[in-house]
Amino acid sequence: MSDLRFSGTDRYVATEDLTTAVNAAVTLGRPILIKGEPGTGKTQLAEEIARGLDRPLLQWHVKSTTKAQQGLYEYDAVARLRDSQLGDERVHDIANYIVKGPMWEAFEQDSQPVLLIDEIDKADIEFPNDLLRELDRMEFYVYETHQTVIAKHRPIIVITSNNEKELPDAFLRRCFFHYIRFPDKETMGEIVDVHYPGLKKELLSEALNAFYELREVPGLKKKPSTSELLDWLKLLLAEDIPIEALASDDRRKSLPPMHGALLKNEQDVHLFERLIFLNQRNQR
Amino acid sequence: MLVDFFFQLRAGGLKVSISEFLTLLELLKKRVIRFDVEQFYYLSRACLVKDESQYDRFDRVFSAHFKGIENLFGQDGADIPDEWLRKQIELGLSEEEKAQIEALGGWEKLMETLKQRLEEQKERHQGGNKWIGTGGTSPFGAYGYNPEGIRIGQEGSRQRRAVKVWDKREFRNLDDSLELGTRNLKVALRRLRRFARQGAAEELDLPDTIDSTAKNAGMLDIKMVPERHNATKVLLFLDVGGSMDDHVRVCEELFSAAGSEFKHLEYFYFHNCVYEGLWKDNKRRHSVRTPTMDVLHKYPADYKLILVGDATMSPYEIQHPGGSVEHWNEEAGATWMKRLLNTYPKAIWLNPEPEQRWLHTPSIQMLSQLMEQRMYPLTVSGIERGMRELS
Repeated sequence: MSDLRFSGTDRYVATEDLTTAVNAAVTLGRPILIKGEPGTGKTQLAEEIARGLDRPLLQWHVKSTTKAQQGLYEYDAVARLRDSQLGDERVHDIANYIVKGPMWEAFEQDSQPVLLIDEIDKADIEFPNDLLRELDRMEFYVYETHQTVIAKHRPIIVITSNNEKELPDAFLRRCFFHYIRFPDKETMGEIVDVHYPGLKKELLSEALNAFYELREVPGLKKKPSTSELLDWLKLLLAEDIPIEALASDDRRKSLPPMHGALLKNEQDVHLFERLIFLNQRNQR
Repeated sequence: MLVDFFFQLRAGGLKVSISEFLTLLELLKKRVIRFDVEQFYYLSRACLVKDESQYDRFDRVFSAHFKGIENLFGQDGADIPDEWLRKQIELGLSEEEKAQIEALGGWEKLMETLKQRLEEQKERHQGGNKWIGTGGTSPFGAYGYNPEGIRIGQEGSRQRRAVKVWDKREFRNLDDSLELGTRNLKVALRRLRRFARQGAAEELDLPDTIDSTAKNAGMLDIKMVPERHNATKVLLFLDVGGSMDDHVRVCEELFSAAGSEFKHLEYFYFHNCVYEGLWKDNKRRHSVRTPTMDVLHKYPADYKLILVGDATMSPYEIQHPGGSVEHWNEEAGATWMKRLLNTYPKAIWLNPEPEQRWLHTPSIQMLSQLMEQRMYPLTVSGIERGMRELS
């Protein structure tokens, strides 16, 4: 029915479960909450939805000090006080001191925009609760100017979370939810193909094998993710590493070339080196 | 049909609300999906389940409820062509093993059994029983063929799919009901956070501003104070003995998540009772230890001490020198506990054991006395009480 359908873009591979969830959110104009391992493309999704549907994108990056009110607007009382002392004419209109936040901007767009609320779990635990009505009704009240801001078009709101805090039930009930699973080898092949179309087939399959074997190593603090794989491949291409260096019997004996792109944690590198050491000893 | 599904989900332990259910119906009315049971599965999951740890539970209910329904959507999932099965098996076999199969009665027979077995397993699984586990006894398991069916679903095209997405139950590992300790600790964490946030941030120093403005003969003179940061310092000692060993990683992950909330969070491990040595890495507990004395000297008295442990041990481990089960301790556990409490006046002990059992375990009684009754159960109300004691 809906003429808007998101189905991935030329540089983003979206699986069927993801597109179904996104399309549901687009159709009803409700927020969609995206979770998943770091580096699986949560933030990028919003950009790609905007690109795929040809909509403007607004971003709101949440930090530990961000307050819900800042997304709507901020009243700069200090500037107004100063202006009043300097006798500035602007002081008579309070609206001059209202600074619009990303949500207000999104509500004012002429076509339905995509609004990214990134890493909502970084903020204070009450943060999502403070946005309930705004997300539900897509409107809010500005006390200073006594006006109600109503969204011209319900924005497509994409919210990402890294699971650092649990989100309140009332908030979750208003969202669609999707957990981006770590892609299987087949999907990963597609993803790599989208990013590096010229990659030699053998190099790709060897690299993917090395990558998934690395992910299987028990006890890694930070498993390498999609974005790290892409970085690593870029390095391999740039350095023109021969395929032989990646071959699997070799790997038990040494770290994969350019491992710094995959293992971001000193302890993980140590762990891996110890495993290699053990393997070498066993072989003898 | 869907109302039943709704109630089955609720019976299955998913807290699906009416508004979420209505949202799903609205989406169906708007024809967001084609007539495709798989898309319906994805859609209903996005609407009704809001936590990946609940995915597995949803999969089970969905599978039970929609068994057989997929045929209504005009798809036949159970039809598996012979040649395809053969290809699957051949992929994973060496020449030697192929010869062995011949010995078992040849390809045709094997195919038949395998097909039958696949059907059977699917049936049994959909009935709600365990899916894996038969592999060890089946002749197929021995040849490296994976009867779980995951591989089948990936390589087959739509028509050939043997196992439905929800039957793969890929999210089984994420179901949080599997781990008893995790939930308790998660709740604990939330309480700790609330406790940590008690220094509200304020940037404009209002009294000083009014003061200065008055002194300035009415000319505005704004005074700002630096935003107050949360300065709660927490020293966390975790018992990792025996039964608590499984939860080390969980504890570590959960409390490191709390690290962003506290300005200072230091954790150490101990076993049963605190003695002269503590450690940070449980794998190297015997080689890399931190002397408890160093800890006492390094972290000043304004740290708040939280001990987490079941306190269930032999009374000798607390009372007598040399009582420890792991090593020879020169001084009794009780001595070390007193030292700790002298250094850190703000201290509590959180105990995962249910409070009713405390009376029947002498060692819990003893430690509770040592802690001057500041032992609290690792429950929501217990932690709330504990936090009140600490703040």
